[in-house]
Formats: sequence, C-alpha cells, structure tokens
Amino acid sequence: MSAATTSGVPATAKVVVIGAGIVGNCLVGHLSRLGWTDIVLLDKGPLPNPGGSTGHASNFIFPTDHNKEMAYLTVESQNQYVAAGLNNTCGGIEVARTAERMEEFKRRMTSAKAWGIDARLVTPAEIKELVPFINDEILLGGYYTPSVSVVDSLATGTMMRDEAVAKGALKVFANTEVLDLLTEPAAGGPRIKAVVTDRGTIEAEHVVVAGGVWSPRIARMAGANIPLTPAVHQMADVGPIDILQESGREVAYPIIRDMDTFCYERQSAGSMEVGSYAHRPILMRPDDIPSIAESALTPTELPLTYDDFDPQMEQAIELMEMLGDAEIRYAINGLLSLTPDANPVLGETPEVRNLWSAAAVWIKEGPAIAQLVAEWMTYGYPHMCDPHGSDISRFYPHEKTEWHINARCNEHFNKTYGIVHPREQWASQRGMRRSPFYAREEALGATFFDARGWERPQWYASNEVLMAKFAGQCEPRTHEWDGRWWHPVINAEHLQMRESVGMVDLTAFNEFDFEGPGACDFLNYMCVNQVDVPVGRSVYTPLLNTHGGFRGDLTIQRLGEEHFRVITGAFDGGRDNYWFNKYMAEWNAAGKAAVTFTDMSQGMCTVGVWGPNAAKTMAKIVTDDTTAPYDLSPAGFPYGAVREVLIDGVPCTMFRISYVGENGWEVYTRMEHGLKLWDAIWAAGEEFEIIPVGIGVYAVTGRIEKGYRLMGAELESEYDPVEAGLARPKVKSPDFIGKAAYLRAREDADKNGPAAIMCTLSMDSQRCADGYDRFPTGGNEPILTLDGERILDAKGRVSRVTTAGAGPSVGKYLLLAYLPPQHAVAGSKLQVMYMNELYPVTVEVAGSTPLFDPADARMKS
Amino acid sequence: MRVLVCVKRVPAPGAKINITADGQAVDTAYLAFTTSPHEECAVEAAVQLVEQHGGESTVLTLGPAEADEQLRYAASIGVNRAVLLPITEHDWDPQRTATALAAAIGEIEARDGAFDVILFGNESADSGNFQVGVRVAHALGRPMVNGAKGIEVDGDAMRVRRDTGAGVEVYELPLPAVVGVKEGINLPRYPTLKGRLASKKAEVVQVVPGAEPGGQRMITLVQAAEQVSQTVILGQGPDAAPAVVDLLQELGVLK
Amino acid sequence: MNVLVVVEHDRGELSPATLEALAAARALVGVVHALTLGAAADGRAGELGAHGAAVVHQVHHDLLAAYGPVAWGEAVAQAARSLAAEVVLACGTDRGNEVIAQAAARLDLPFVANCVAIDRDSWEITRVRWGGSLLERCSLAAATKLLTVAHHTFEVLPAPAAGVTNTVAVDLDPSLARTMVVDRVERAAGITLATAPVVVGGGRAVGSAEGFVPLEALAALLGGVVGCSRAVTNNGWRNHTDQVGQTGTRIAPDLYIACGISGAIQHWVGAMASKKILAINTDPEANMVLKADYAVIGDLHQVVPAISAEIIRRRG
Repeated sequence: MSAATTSGVPATAKVVVIGAGIVGNCLVGHLSRLGWTDIVLLDKGPLPNPGGSTGHASNFIFPTDHNKEMAYLTVESQNQYVAAGLNNTCGGIEVARTAERMEEFKRRMTSAKAWGIDARLVTPAEIKELVPFINDEILLGGYYTPSVSVVDSLATGTMMRDEAVAKGALKVFANTEVLDLLTEPAAGGPRIKAVVTDRGTIEAEHVVVAGGVWSPRIARMAGANIPLTPAVHQMADVGPIDILQESGREVAYPIIRDMDTFCYERQSAGSMEVGSYAHRPILMRPDDIPSIAESALTPTELPLTYDDFDPQMEQAIELMEMLGDAEIRYAINGLLSLTPDANPVLGETPEVRNLWSAAAVWIKEGPAIAQLVAEWMTYGYPHMCDPHGSDISRFYPHEKTEWHINARCNEHFNKTYGIVHPREQWASQRGMRRSPFYAREEALGATFFDARGWERPQWYASNEVLMAKFAGQCEPRTHEWDGRWWHPVINAEHLQMRESVGMVDLTAFNEFDFEGPGACDFLNYMCVNQVDVPVGRSVYTPLLNTHGGFRGDLTIQRLGEEHFRVITGAFDGGRDNYWFNKYMAEWNAAGKAAVTFTDMSQGMCTVGVWGPNAAKTMAKIVTDDTTAPYDLSPAGFPYGAVREVLIDGVPCTMFRISYVGENGWEVYTRMEHGLKLWDAIWAAGEEFEIIPVGIGVYAVTGRIEKGYRLMGAELESEYDPVEAGLARPKVKSPDFIGKAAYLRAREDADKNGPAAIMCTLSMDSQRCADGYDRFPTGGNEPILTLDGERILDAKGRVSRVTTAGAGPSVGKYLLLAYLPPQHAVAGSKLQVMYMNELYPVTVEVAGSTPLFDPADARMKS
Repeated sequence: MRVLVCVKRVPAPGAKINITADGQAVDTAYLAFTTSPHEECAVEAAVQLVEQHGGESTVLTLGPAEADEQLRYAASIGVNRAVLLPITEHDWDPQRTATALAAAIGEIEARDGAFDVILFGNESADSGNFQVGVRVAHALGRPMVNGAKGIEVDGDAMRVRRDTGAGVEVYELPLPAVVGVKEGINLPRYPTLKGRLASKKAEVVQVVPGAEPGGQRMITLVQAAEQVSQTVILGQGPDAAPAVVDLLQELGVLK
Repeated sequence: MNVLVVVEHDRGELSPATLEALAAARALVGVVHALTLGAAADGRAGELGAHGAAVVHQVHHDLLAAYGPVAWGEAVAQAARSLAAEVVLACGTDRGNEVIAQAAARLDLPFVANCVAIDRDSWEITRVRWGGSLLERCSLAAATKLLTVAHHTFEVLPAPAAGVTNTVAVDLDPSLARTMVVDRVERAAGITLATAPVVVGGGRAVGSAEGFVPLEALAALLGGVVGCSRAVTNNGWRNHTDQVGQTGTRIAPDLYIACGISGAIQHWVGAMASKKILAINTDPEANMVLKADYAVIGDLHQVVPAISAEIIRRRG
C-alpha cells in the first residue's frame, strides 16, 4: 500500500454515513446544520464522482408529481439546489402523442395546481415555438412547466460536504471500502456497533447506508435488508448538433419528455441526451456490479445494449429529425435503484437499531430527502413532511425478497413515464396471502384487489342482481378513467348492507398482542387515548410522533388485565410493528414493568358483519360455551365491547365496532376455523338476504359517509388530532409520545382555533364541460376558492382532497379535505379541480360529525 | 476503388482486466466489446478512401458470431459490405488467422474482383501479435507497410507515411497493397443514429474459415504483477515546489 | 543453441532497443550472433561486440540500403536459413516486430511477439498482451524460433564479446523494392516524446489546449517534452503525436511528471516504463498517484507554475 492511502480512519464517530452520492453528501451537510458533529463520510470510490448513480444522472427536475410526499420533496429539493446556486432553469415540456396522454396532462395540471407549480397546457404550435427543432406534426399537445431545471448534483453534494467539513463536523474518506458492519446485542435486537473498512474500524453510534445501488449489499453485512434492485436506465449522448452548439449554453431549450415513448431529450451543451424508460426491465444484483477497477467507465455506467435502445432511437428521430445525423458519442446502460413500490427506502432499519437507510433516492428529491433523514435521526421523526410512503418499515417480509423486488420492478419500470391510475392494481406477485374465505369469495365472483399481499374482494359480481333493485343509485360512470378499477355494484352492496346485512373479509388486519405487567402502562405511553379500560372493552386511539403529528391510528382491545390486542390495517402493519417494538425495547431495557409482543396476524382471520340485520343474523349462531342464546343487545353487548364467544361452535372474538356506520361486529377467529365461521354467518344471514360486501364499501363509500379518517390519507404527521377532529374533551394524565406537543396544539386551538379542520364536502355538480358527470378519484385534487385560488392554511398546508367517493345513502359525491377555519364552515361554497376542470362543492360538515347518521344511532342500537 | 478493412472484436476493459476461471479468456461479464483502436481508424480510413475515390468498402472479421456487432458498427459509419468468418474458439493463433483470412479474401476477390487496398490495424488491442496483416499480405503477394499514420492514393500508387523516432518516413506502394494503420491517422467518426439504425439492416455474409493451427499456442492468460510503489508525498499544492526541485536535482534531470 | 539477434538501425545508427535484444539473447544462451542489414551498419560491429555479440553477420545488398520491411524480412529469412539459426530474435519495436513478422511469413513459421520470459528448455514463453496489463503463457513449436522481446523489459548491460564479423549473402528479388522508404521528413532538431529524458504529461484536468502552456514551460526548463492522455487527444487539445499510451507513444524517460492524469490503463501502459514518476493530482487516491514514486497533492494549475518559478529562482 502506498503512503497516500495509509491515512487511517478515526477509531470512533458519532455517525458514519456510507456513500458520497447526492444523498450521503447532502445528509452530512444537513446533519451538521442540525448540530451533529463527529460525522464520518465514507465512499469506496474517488471524489467528487465515486462512480455511483449520481455521477451519470441526467440531473433534471420536473417538479409535478401526483404523490404529495414526492411532490413536496422534489420542490423542496429544487429550492435547495437554487439556494446552492446550482439550479439552471430551462423549462420542460411533456409532449403527448396520444389522446390518453392529453387526459393525463389535465390530471397533471390538477396536481400542479395543488402543489402551486406553474404549469400550462400548450399546443403543438406553442411547443414548436419553444423547441423549434421538434416535429409538432406528430404531437397532440404538451404540458409545459417553466420551472423545470437542470441541477449540478455533484457540485451540490460537494458544497454540502465542504460545509460540514468547514464547520469541523465531518471527516471524509474517499477510496475507502466498507468490509463489514458489526452489531452488538441490545434490547429489542442487535444494534449497530462499528464499520469495518479497509483503512480500519470505526465504532459508531449511528450508521447510515446511503450507498445507492450497493445499499442492499452493505445493509446485509449487518443483517438488515434494504429492498431495492439496481436496474438499467439507458441513455445516449448524441451530437454535435448545430442548433444546440449555436445556443452557446448548457441548456438553452426546454427539456422534452416524449411521454408516450417513455423517452426524454435533454440538451447537454452541443449535444442531446436521449434517455429511455421504454426498454425491457434490466435488473442486476448489487453483488454483480463491477468494481471501479473492472469498469470501463464507472461501475454504474455499463455498456449500452444497443438492441434494447434501437426502437427509442427511431422514435427520437421521429420527434427530432436532426438527431438522425447526430453522432452517438456516449451511450450507457446506467444503473439506478428501483424498489418494489417505486418509493424511496428511508429510516431506521427494523432489523438493526441505529442503522439507517437513505436509499433509492433520485437527484430530483435527494437534498430534501437528506434533510428529512437528518431530521428523523435528530428528532425521532421528520418534521418537514410525513415519510410514510418511503418508510423502510412499511415492508412485510415477503416484500423484501429478491423474488418480490424483481417481480414488482419488472412490472413498474415501464410505468416510469406511464399513466398510473390511483386505484391501479399490481399484476405480479398476486395471491401471496389469502384468507380462509377466498374460495367462497371467488365463487361469488369477487374482484380482488391487492392489500400488501392479501387478496381482498373489492366488489362481488354476485351482487349485480341488486343493481336493478337500486337502479338510479348505482350507475356506471361515463368516463373510462372514473370507472377504472371500480364497479357500480359497489353502490348496490352499500345500499343492501344499510338495508339488511353484509359480511366483509377483513383478514388483512394485523393483530398485535401485548402482554405482561407493563402492557397497560406501555400502551398508554404509546397512545393518545386512555387504554386502561375495563377488560372486555376497547379504545380507538391515534399514535403521535414526538412533535404531535399522526404516526398511526388503531383500535386496542383489552382481553385481560395484562393482555391487550392492537388491531391495525394492512397498509400500516409494518410501520406500526416497527414503532411499537422500537419503543417496547427501550421500555423493557429501562427496567419498567415488562411487556411482551406477539404478532398474531398470520394466525387470525376476520370477518365483519354489519347492517340492521346483523344482530338478528348473529343471534342465530352466537353462544357462550353453553348452547344458550347469547345477549347481543346493546345493553348486553355494548358498542366497543369485546367478547369471547362460540359461533356455530367455533371459538371467536366478537368486537362491536363499525367503520361503515352500521350495527355489527368484527369477528376474529383462528385461520383454520375461518371457513366454518364464514359458512355459519352466511347460512344464518340467508333469511335476511345477507350479501358479501367488498372493500369498495368498507374503505370508501361506507367510511366516507361516516367521515372516518384513514391513516395515510387524512391522518399524516403534518396534522394533529385537533385538526383531524379526533381530540377528546380531556387529555389523560399518563405521559405518552407527543403529549407535550399535543397539549400545545390544543392550547393553540383553544386560543386561535386550529389552523385547519378536516371537513366533509359534497359536489354540487359533477357535470363536466363535455356534458356528463365526473367522479374525482381522491388523488390530491385541490380545493379552491370561488375565485379559483388555492387555499393554504396558516401553516402553509394546501387544502386538497384526501379521500373521494360516492355516498349512496346520502345521494351525494363526497370529498374529505382539510380546510382553514374561514372555509371550514358548513354551507361554505368552494370549488374542486378535477382533471383541470372546476366543480362547485359545499362544505357539509366541519369536523368529525358524520354526514350519514350523525348521532350514530344505527351503530349503537 | 475497392477497399477491404479487417477488424477484430475485443473487449473494452477498465483499469483492471479479469481473467476467466479457466484462464483462457478475459472475463467480459461487465465489459462492452469494441473494435481495436487502430482498427477503428482503419475503418475510418476505408470510409474516407471510398468517399474520396468512389467505389466500395468491405469490412471483414474472424471471430465469434457476436463479432457481428463490430461489423455493423463499421457499417454504421459507412462501410458498404460485411463479411464474418465465424469461429467457436475464443481466438485463433495468428498464423491460423492469417491463413483463414487470406483464403477468404481470395474467395471474395475471385467472385467480386480484387481489392485495391486492404487495411489492417497495426496490432490488435488484446493479443497484440503484430503479424496477421503482414502474413496476409505475403500470402496474397502484396506489398505491405505497418504503422501507417497517413495514406494517400494517387492513381495506381499509395503513399504511406509513418512516424519514426526522428521524423516521418514515406513509402510508396503500388496497388494493390496492404497497410497496417495506427491510431492518429485520423479521428474516427462516431456512428449517427441513422447510421446505427441502417446498419441493423446491413447484410453480413458468412464465410466458414478453414485453417490448421499454427505453432504458437496459448496455454493460459496471467495477470501482470501490479506495480505498487511506496509513493513519497512531496507536499501539498504550490508549497511543494522546493521539494520538487530538490528531487529534480537529485535525479539529475535539472541540468 | 544458435541465437541470431536482428540489429535495428537507421542508416547505420543503432537503435538502443537492439542492445535490449542482445541482453535478452544472452540470458537465453551463451553465444550470441548478431545480424546487420545494409552496409551502413558495418561500423557497428564493435559496439555490438561490446554488448555480447560473438559474431556479427553482415548482409550487403542495394535493396537493404534504405529500410524496407519486405526486403529486410526476406533478408532475415534467408540469413536465418543459411546460418541455420535456431532462434531469431529482435526487440519488439515497430520495426523489430515488422521485420520478424515478415521473416516469419516468408519462412511460414510461428512468431511470438513481445516476450518477457522465455524458458529455453520447454519453450514456454510469457508474452505481453493488452500493452502489458495482461500476460500470456504460450508454447512455441518450430524448427526456428522467431521472437521479439518486449521493449523496456531487458536491462542493457555491456558484456564484452568478440564481435567477429562475417558476411552473409542473400538473393533479393527486385520486386521487393515495392515496399521501401522513398522519402523522409526529419523532425526539427530536438528530442521526441519517445526519447526525451523528461516528459511532462497532462490529462483531462488540464482543461484546454491553452492549459498546456505552463506544462510546455516546465518541459522546456527541463529539456523535456510534453505528452498527454487519450482524453486530451480526443478533446482536440493536442495532436495524437503527443499521446502517451497503449495506442499512442510508449515512453521511458528518466522522469515522467504526470499532471492531472488519473492513470487509466490505456495511458498507464504507455508510461509504465518511465524510470521515475512524479504525479501531480488533486486526488491523493488517483491511480497515477498510487503508482507513482513521488506525488504532489494539489492543483496542477498552481503546482506546475510554482515548480517552474522555483527552478528559475535557483538558477538566479
């Protein structure tokens, strides 16, 4: 080894960040801004370009995204590039070759309106004016965003790194390979201990894996799993091109995204970069990426496989004829990171304490995500926005396998520029988890939706016979988009349930059991509401972060003095599991009264039975361990009660609760009893014309009529229980996570009123300009004033639709949205934008009072 | 004018070349393939000769079926015809290669007419045997100069310039002739998108090569011992200048 | 064993590479014979003897007066036959490889180019591939073994031997004159990249054609020349004649000063024969820094002028 490489690494550090790409560089900068010192940044490669995906990125930012979290992080990142002076605004035009794409542009206009992004639809002639070398004859139009920019990600990273070095907070080691990650046993599982490098070992309190495509390999050294796969994105630099050279600038012309061919054309000084997401998905394994020495260019710039790229060349020439005579100067199969759901992978790994992931991040969102992770490490949860879509703990075990990652990435790669419906279903990795009722549901003609591996009936063909009965209330939707992944029979199911009784498969629920002498105190510490209720009772409660925003919401059943069962949904099970276990380990380690955790989910199935005839149905089959009739009356089995019963002899737990506003129960039993339970309820309900009811009712129509909030939609870390209308009259005396912030929020609200209030709105007219009704999908459509202005609350949050759906029983199309107090008044007239058109809406309810059955008489009778 | 250019498919390696487990070839798992750099210039020279003098250019290679890629690359920058002599081994020894090439060229010439100019690269990037072109020229009974840094065809003759340590030597060869070209003779053009797309449709003629192995047989490839030195750091930035000049004096290069 | 070393010379001036070939031949066998082509080289017998040639065979023919690869190759082939040489050896320079290849074609014998190690019993040979970044072990089966040895591999050491001269007759067909040097353009007086005692090399980091001015100045102060990497040539900043590398010029100066050069394989194999290397680079981990004998960590744009200034200062 030469003298130049013998400079050793320090023996200890507060935090070691592995990877000096856009994320690692910005992360050390943001950590230092938040007061961290004793930071070490490592990279296997040389600086400033260590050879990861940052080094070959196209570096452009199109800010519009339908996803709130990604839209926010993208715009915020662009702001940070601007602040660094490394943001070159050139504008960008997404162009359409198909009518379907033109529709998508209307949707993009709507999202742009929601996020306050300046954008406009342009005609082919206007595109030609902006980009004179484009063939406007093949275009139908475009979506123009003047703020699209090209950024210098390497320089920005260097600047952030230098800032931390200058403060004395950071030491940087390039050309330093991580050989191993060491852990030590700790409460709740292993904790990170040290990073072993080829220059020595660093003992560290925290380690962050910001290793891009290599992240899974690094995390595995510690026994953690970062589920992503390296995948190819093809790119060729073609030139020189006279008109571009004559511009004399790095980017003089707007960047073109040829959306229908999944390609982009981006000027790079005198040449044009043509990139593609149209080729077949080409996935690699992290271990198969060549080393720096083995690479002709860098490890993430692999040789272009021309055969895959040729069709894009033809399409590019069709769009810009001048490209045909341009020379191919540089062409790569560039590696980037893909995840099973196309979102980043951020946060502490569930497997190893203090080992963090900051992976699967693109240039467009890198700086803000670095800040988000830095906040997460500093405060325990990020303040800037809710990262739940990117939280590494969201994954279930089967979703972290290479099998699943590859299947899903193969499926979504070509959707990078695709038109993805908010309700779009995965085609791959289906049938991973099936409830015991599956065969019955299939026989009833269920259309199954995927709920994190679970196959859940969304609606049933068997109920189509009811559509005549409810004619006029379950009409098909005129526009294909509105009716996609939807069926009018959902409304019929809804109405029949409200008229008689229906059964809903809820097996996708997670059940977490907490037991032991500390169970009650521990859960009280985790939850906002008092969980110390009598045995056989339950509590609905939010979970908060330390800063008082929502971290979860769930119900807890008290099954014994020292036995509680937490029920939470399919989409939040992973995150809740991680959250409880993280704090439980600390709780137990602190020597408090012990508590244990058991995940019961795999062994249990659940069916909900609701409707005016639910009690009559259940009365026929429910007993205790005798065969005597069981008292299911509201007095004998009050709302919120939990009871162990036999149903047709099957041991079950009955829980009187409802998410759809009807009297009834969630019935839990062990998987092996499931089919017997289903058949028993079915047989008992036959005389009441019991029907199977899909999640289309449970999660949308039934819920929205009752104004029930959903974690991840209405409930996010940016909002607190006061704003969500979930604050109880009193705050319990025991301490709980977020209590101080919660108390402050209540005081503020008492003094000044809450900054926003969750409201239920109805559409006054759904008639579009083309003369038929439209049905917003609930994808962040902005709520606007009558002047068409965006509505921001005092905290700068935009009012937008969090859930949309039909209210068949109220005869209205309903929307949920947070509104600032001046608009959060029943009867207030506003507008909603959907597909770039404005529709009049009225605030029906401000706060949590249900629109349907406001007194909850049906549920509690 | 009829011009033939002979090329070889070789890997495009990074800073470290890996060898396959059996030691018989370069591990190309992560590598692209290219035409030897000297030969890239030979291809460019062939295209330029036809641009200047009219006629037709042909590219020929002996190699695996995948060498089709290199033929099409040549086609993408303007070579008119392509001939592949497919082999199933990693490589043939230079004698065998030359024999096969000479036979194939003979066949082509018998059918389509003689080549006025046959271009080779000075040597291949990978095996570097420095002899295939020379042997082919001898077999065809044609004059041959290697190391060409400039060629001009004038009527029936070709002037060839090549660098020596002291200057430039000029050769004059009567046509038909064979020339080995060195990088620097020209700056090869890149293929255009249209060229690339057109090359996909180019016809590649296959001629099955036949020749007996020669007397040089590869046993195995071996990694060269890596030169690692104990680098003495003389200093940082311009402040290191005195230390550098001390060194220059010590080494005796500062007169 | 009878080893015949083909002497490379230009109008009588010996190529230093020939002395490497003689050294290689001595390592192979005790008694070494040399072969000179053209009368111009007759006066070099003494020098060849001083480097181990026991016998210097001289070939005189009009067609050998100027260099011509075909005529020279034919002459070597005939001399090898008439002298019953078991091994014919030259140094693997442009001419060395060309002439031996021509001889091999004429003798229809194998030719192993650029050898670095030769087992004279088994005739297992190690030779250079990929410009020296990879080696090949091969076997050679031939009545007469035709070889070149890789340039800058065998150390030149005087080894006095008789240097007795002998004349060998060859019969060269006039048609061989078809491939002959007809003209030459001498480079302006001065040293070349291949022969300069000091080379100041610049890479991509130099940034522009004008950026080479300080490198030119330093080279002039040291009596050296400027070289460059392939990236520089491809950017059009300097002529290909200045390119050091596998497909450029192989250099072997006393000192190579590599400024802002990362040390990619293509460049390294052209520079690795340098006696000493001084790297100037902002990246202490650049390949060139790691492989160099000496390094200055810093920006070449500041360091190079500072060195020149220091030289001028010391010279007063």
